[in-house]
Amino acid sequence: METRTKKMYKNAHARHGKNSRRVQFIILCLLVPFFVMPFYVMIMAALKTPQYADVTTMWLPPSPFSLDGLQEAWGKLSPNLMNSFTMVVPAVIISSAIGSFNGYLLSKFTFRFSSVMFTMMLVGMFIPYQSILIPLVKFLQLVNLYGTTPGLILVHVVYGIPITTLIFRNFYVSIPKEMVEAAAIDGAGILRTFFSVIVPVSIPGFVVAGIFQFTNIWNDFLFGVITISDPTKQPVTIALNNLSGTQTVNWNVLMAGALIAAIPTAVAYLALGRFFIQGLTAGSVK
Amino acid sequence: MSQVRGKSYPPVKRKKRGGDTKAALLLLPSFLIVSVFVYVFITYTIGVSLAENWMPAKPSMAQGPDPFATYKNLFENPRFQSDLRNSFIFTVLFLLLTVIAGFFIALAVHNMGRTKGFFRGVFLLPYALSFIVTGVVWRWLFNPDSGVNLFLKYSGVASAYKSITGEELRPEWLTSATTVGDISALLEKIIPGGQYIQVEMGIPLALIPVVIATSWQLLGFAMAMFLAGLVSIPEELREASMMDGATGSRYYRSIAVPMLAPIAITTLVILTHVALKIFDLIYAMSGSGIGFATDMPGIFVYESMYKALKYNTGAAASIVMLIIVCIVVVPYLIHSNRETNGR
Repeated sequence: METRTKKMYKNAHARHGKNSRRVQFIILCLLVPFFVMPFYVMIMAALKTPQYADVTTMWLPPSPFSLDGLQEAWGKLSPNLMNSFTMVVPAVIISSAIGSFNGYLLSKFTFRFSSVMFTMMLVGMFIPYQSILIPLVKFLQLVNLYGTTPGLILVHVVYGIPITTLIFRNFYVSIPKEMVEAAAIDGAGILRTFFSVIVPVSIPGFVVAGIFQFTNIWNDFLFGVITISDPTKQPVTIALNNLSGTQTVNWNVLMAGALIAAIPTAVAYLALGRFFIQGLTAGSVK
Repeated sequence: MSQVRGKSYPPVKRKKRGGDTKAALLLLPSFLIVSVFVYVFITYTIGVSLAENWMPAKPSMAQGPDPFATYKNLFENPRFQSDLRNSFIFTVLFLLLTVIAGFFIALAVHNMGRTKGFFRGVFLLPYALSFIVTGVVWRWLFNPDSGVNLFLKYSGVASAYKSITGEELRPEWLTSATTVGDISALLEKIIPGGQYIQVEMGIPLALIPVVIATSWQLLGFAMAMFLAGLVSIPEELREASMMDGATGSRYYRSIAVPMLAPIAITTLVILTHVALKIFDLIYAMSGSGIGFATDMPGIFVYESMYKALKYNTGAAASIVMLIIVCIVVVPYLIHSNRETNGR
């Protein structure tokens, strides 16, 4: 008798669940256009010829197709795109390496003030960077790195340490402490244990931290615009914003430029989306 | 991390008082450099904000007769008053939209079967973009002559509106100078010093498109956070509640929502600090706007320092920003720190 009522309940729920699931599915489908719309506009505009690229016909597909807009935007932005790459790649590698080492220290050892030190470092990822710009520029001038890509790399590495430390600390919590202890019994020191035991199992952590930092640093605007004033050395986000403020540039060229600036992170995200989500949740919640 | 947080960490045995000094020493370089770049630099900026006339070429920290004069001028400045109003209204509207919609989208996506990955991917894609790209594109979507208004025109909404009200439906979006719900008169009466408020204390309509664009970019983040939380709820709990006769909505009210509370707080704190710091998206989308309708403290600081070369004013405004952000973030950091160590 009892099992029958339970079964009845279960069936009722299943039916109820199916209907509401269908409604939810429809609602989600209706939301998709809202999220895709700007991508649609960017791509369509980028494929139009300048004379047909009118904002009043924004939603119409291109006819005739043309790669002129993309070509012109590429001509204007490709040097800055390269600047972004030469800045982002070292910054991501160095900040992830430091974060991995810090995360190891914080998750596998206990020492006095460890949580105070950790919390004080984490504050660094929340502060509005406007409040450190004046001394930052002075510091970069002092060490002769102002206006250079290495200077910008240094800035991104230092302000990236809190987030990468957090990501790796959370990642290493899932690695059994016994592995570290076994290495210690074998006589390995802190550093040797890190390189022989921890680093080999850290690949997923590096992917998560790497993709997260890649998008963060690629998308930065403030540090780039403050530390580098020479337009030929600026990252692509700043060049795109300058392009947007220029009256002489065609609207479709601007959209093509936005597309070019967006592609590297969008591709990275589409290829490694799963890790991106992990980085997002691991990096934002303690 | 939600999943990690749900489990309790195995207690760490203290080997000796003070623990591993070696590990502490190895962490020290990172700690010191971050501390210099955060705390020493902030102290320097505070110095600039209190100095009488700091200039890059002549960095003098000498204070005038009233070191707080810059702050007083700042709060009397109508533009900065608009910025504080805009920042507050933007943050509230943005949080309402993003957190609530993000939560419900996560619930729905969580219920999907094979299509789950597709929806998650589409909704999160904007998050991978730069704020500058978002600003540049949405600026054109909210252009009065194109984008959203073309939709209104061709879908018949605009003509239907005209036949009913007799007025033209052509929202000005970013270029609107209208402020609704002005409560300045009320504030003047109830707040001491209210007579110093020189801007309309209402909702500038030009902020609405900015809120929509920012939500577009960050809804996926809120969704991903809630999804991570939903995944961490054990399936047995759901089954057990169903056995006990809980309906779908009852399950969400008494089990899912309370279990998601910690992740909701984290999401809220992160989105709040993003909203308070918002700069590049609005800078690229609308700039300061007409009558500073979309100006923000972040834009004010940037323009004071690097356009107007008023370093003291910019420094003071950035310290105000910092204090507002810290009021939200520091209690959260201390709390979560205590929680992880208490276990």
